[in-house]
Amino acid sequence: MTKYRILLGKAGLDGHDRGARYVAHILRDAGFEVIYTGIRRTPEQIVEAALQEDADALGLSLLSGAHMVIFKKVLDLLEERGARDILVFGGGTIPPADVDALKKMGVKAVFTPGTPAAVIVAELKRLLSEKGKR
Amino acid sequence: MKDLLQAARKGDKRALARLVTLLEDDPSLAPALLEGEGEWPFPGLVLGVTGPPGVGKSTFVSALVGKSRRKDPAGKVAVLAVDPTSPYTGGALLGDRVRMMEHSGDEGVFIRSFANRGLLGGLAPGIRAVLRLLGATGWDLVLLETVGVGQSEVDAASVADLTAVLLAPGQGDGIQMLKAGLLEAADLFVVHKADLPGAERVASEIEAALDLSEPGPRGRPPVLLVSSARGRGLEEFLEALDRRRAELKGPIEERRRRAAREDARRLVLDRASARLARALEGEEGLLEDLLEGRAGLDEAVLRILRNALDRGGKEEGERT
Repeated sequence: MTKYRILLGKAGLDGHDRGARYVAHILRDAGFEVIYTGIRRTPEQIVEAALQEDADALGLSLLSGAHMVIFKKVLDLLEERGARDILVFGGGTIPPADVDALKKMGVKAVFTPGTPAAVIVAELKRLLSEKGKR
Repeated sequence: MKDLLQAARKGDKRALARLVTLLEDDPSLAPALLEGEGEWPFPGLVLGVTGPPGVGKSTFVSALVGKSRRKDPAGKVAVLAVDPTSPYTGGALLGDRVRMMEHSGDEGVFIRSFANRGLLGGLAPGIRAVLRLLGATGWDLVLLETVGVGQSEVDAASVADLTAVLLAPGQGDGIQMLKAGLLEAADLFVVHKADLPGAERVASEIEAALDLSEPGPRGRPPVLLVSSARGRGLEEFLEALDRRRAELKGPIEERRRRAAREDARRLVLDRASARLARALEGEEGLLEDLLEGRAGLDEAVLRILRNALDRGGKEEGERT
């Protein structure tokens, strides 16, 4: 039996994790194994945790406005560790123009406030099955 | 798989993490992976940490990792933390790591969360195989944090060398801990959150319960007061752990031998049941005869078993 493992994290000083916790719950209820890492982490901590947990996907929640910097940092760290195969997605208050820029950077999906749970689950299932289990 | 093992031994944690996933999904891969690695590689010491939910197991484990790394910087520490899988959805929310993030930059620490995937007894599938993997890749101390059920954690004691049982003030009266073998499973008792009022009383309740019970072959467990939040009592805990480890050298070796036998037994049963399941799929006709009364049950069962063994033998031959 193979289960997809998804690691969720919040980087930087923003401590509002209601969104991240909500996503953790809906993903659990959709049958994923969700590893939650808490608030105020560094990108280094989150990437290290994703490697040790052998996560299939890494989700970052950002409400602070620092998304362009932090996603870049996380993608760079994954590249450095030879782990760009881990699917990166995000959520939070991210303006539409930045969503496009993030997707160009390599973030596979961005879920802004108001996205229905079913959409998040369906999209992640689609992306993960496209990527396949290693 | 052998390449991953080589990399994991050199300290590549992603390689190690991959191997853990493989063993978690299919523990029967262990013999092939660990072939030629000595009989049954074990980590230096496996300490089970168990106790009711909310008693602070993850916080205690994290504090212990820090203390142990400071005391012995050469000793590598791994944490395996098990949380429950939802029986309704099959999903799991693994949150033990939240309390352990401070160690993520430490080369000598590896932390992995497990969902129990419906397994009762406080462990997760593959844990036995993963312990041997950690033995083969040179981990000195493994902290095995069980699901916080508190009343059915006896399985953890069968794979750990030593077991610490955590209790805390405000968690119900002393009778709770007398239930279902928790008292017998403990090699050490920890009264956690010892900075809170009532900790001394919990300690004396445990002592009173121990006074009433016959000391088993493993002797009377010490009761230690620890506050991870204040960093108090951890040094004393590690000292007590060393003492218990020395006192129980013989029983620990015996337990490891038993664990190895149990591993072997399970591997045989797992493979046999997989082979039988495959064989049954090919016997639809016979099962139909059986239901229609054209064949006797005993005869049909024997025939299926015989076919499975013959065919399974051939399959195994093809695989190698």
